[in-house]
Amino acid sequence: MNAKGFVHKYPDNVDTDVIIPARYLNTPDAKELAAHCMEDIDPDFTKKVRPGDIIVGGFNFGCGSSREHAPLAIKTAGVSCVIAKTFARIFYRNSINIGLPILECEAASDGIEAGDEVEVNFDTGVITNLTKNETYQAEPFPEFIQNIIRSGGLMKSLKEGSHE
Amino acid sequence: MGMTMTQKILAAHAGLPSVKAGQLISADLDIVLGNDITTPVAINEFEKAGFDSVYDKSRINIVLDHFVPNKDIKAAQQSKQCRQFACKYQIENFYDVGEMGIEHALLPEKGIVTAGDCIIGADSHTCTYGAVGAFSTGVGSTDMAAGMATGKCWFKVPAAIKFVLTGSLPKGVSGKDVILHIIGMIGVDGALYKSMEFAGPGVAALSMDDRLTICNMAIEAGGKNGIFPVDDVTRAYLDGRSQREYKVYEADEDAEYTEIYEIDLSSLVPTVSYPHLPENTHPVTDAGDIAIDQVVIGSCTNGRISDMEAAYEILKGKHVKKGLRVIIIPGTMAVYKECLTRGYTEAFIDAGCVVSTPTCGPCLGGYMGILAAGERCVSTTNRNFVGRMGHVTSEVYLASPAVAAASALTGYISDPREVL
Repeated sequence: MNAKGFVHKYPDNVDTDVIIPARYLNTPDAKELAAHCMEDIDPDFTKKVRPGDIIVGGFNFGCGSSREHAPLAIKTAGVSCVIAKTFARIFYRNSINIGLPILECEAASDGIEAGDEVEVNFDTGVITNLTKNETYQAEPFPEFIQNIIRSGGLMKSLKEGSHE
Repeated sequence: MGMTMTQKILAAHAGLPSVKAGQLISADLDIVLGNDITTPVAINEFEKAGFDSVYDKSRINIVLDHFVPNKDIKAAQQSKQCRQFACKYQIENFYDVGEMGIEHALLPEKGIVTAGDCIIGADSHTCTYGAVGAFSTGVGSTDMAAGMATGKCWFKVPAAIKFVLTGSLPKGVSGKDVILHIIGMIGVDGALYKSMEFAGPGVAALSMDDRLTICNMAIEAGGKNGIFPVDDVTRAYLDGRSQREYKVYEADEDAEYTEIYEIDLSSLVPTVSYPHLPENTHPVTDAGDIAIDQVVIGSCTNGRISDMEAAYEILKGKHVKKGLRVIIIPGTMAVYKECLTRGYTEAFIDAGCVVSTPTCGPCLGGYMGILAAGERCVSTTNRNFVGRMGHVTSEVYLASPAVAAASALTGYISDPREVL
């Protein structure tokens, strides 16, 4: 499984309130949520983002509220992968559970700049910066978590019985 | 190698003799929780996956608290969806307007959560229940859906940080100041993926309300959970209240901690978190003259009766600064009623405050106290991120009910010790 796209870069501690402000949480509709994705940190994000694009953050990406609306908005906006130095734990498990690929890699977060074209191999954890011709090694997911992502999320993996 | 208190509870719920940090486990759940924002997403996932029964209708809790009484048509639709689901599956602990409270004030008060439990809630502040000696953590809506269907959840067993508390809190200093001090010390990701385990002789001097406030904000340090040992204070709180028999777990003597911090409670001062991260803490004495437009006293962090009492002690017989909006929100209907009985409500209104029925409303910028561009609020809530309570240029300063009430009198961030 691979992802390839252009990068939108953000600083440390991107919280779920700026990913999807609570004023839009009066609906569970993914498309409506995606229309306001990153609105309070990057008002032009929804105009700029193209299918397959990649978000790169710093430490503690996705901190704050447990709202699954945050990874859902990112995924529905067309983002193929989020790379960060670390993820806040609820955002981390929410992303896995809804099938949004995420990777922790400090070197990638430091090396990649906004606008770079990046390719990610989820099986090996290798992140390739095509613009700068650099590669970074992220820790691949444990098998248990890979199974959830491969199934397309937690609920599908439960139904398939691949969860246990 | 011994286990921490959290690890012992997780091992018992995973049916394993022992677990260690980093291990992936599937654990049995005692309680599954959701609110009016997270439950609709969970219901959609539950139904989309084709489930048609819940694992135990007595263990699922749905509390409408974020946008109720409904703030707009869309919020009303979400509440309706929760109501219909609760009715269809005969969810026993479904709390609607009239009997609801802010979820993390309500569940401990009713004895629904208890010592030794393994709890997940689709709300990040579910970590509150560590105060009664439970493992309790916030998750997302899909975890809630899976929890409702199967009664299980996957966890990565956390490593732990130990906070050894000594001494006792001085007058005007509360549990809120303890947790803000800790977040300022270790940072907003200082406990990332870890449990925050509180121990030491200072624990005995902390009330249950203080412990609930401290555990409530473990997530603001990135923590998976916060947890207090079960002692006489816990037993006095749970006996006659806990709806189920509780179980006491203790950390092993040789449990492993990645860090150990010692905190002398008697050395702490009223503490304020400046925008836009909870780790930006300062002693209130350094605040100078930061003028404010609004004060909010309430939330899952500080909406309990002792919080109302702290505000009352400062506001009674006085009047809030002209031009300031002061919003007081008792956390549950029982707290609301107790405020009436004790005369707090009348004193708050006479002081120029408005008193609301329970809601999370202003804390997350939902409704009931949204800030305009450039406005400042001192709030007893838990987050001060960009745009948290309204406009992206508005500012939230996090503080205790005592600091908030003292600031309400002066119109700028103030030290409660000067008015007590």
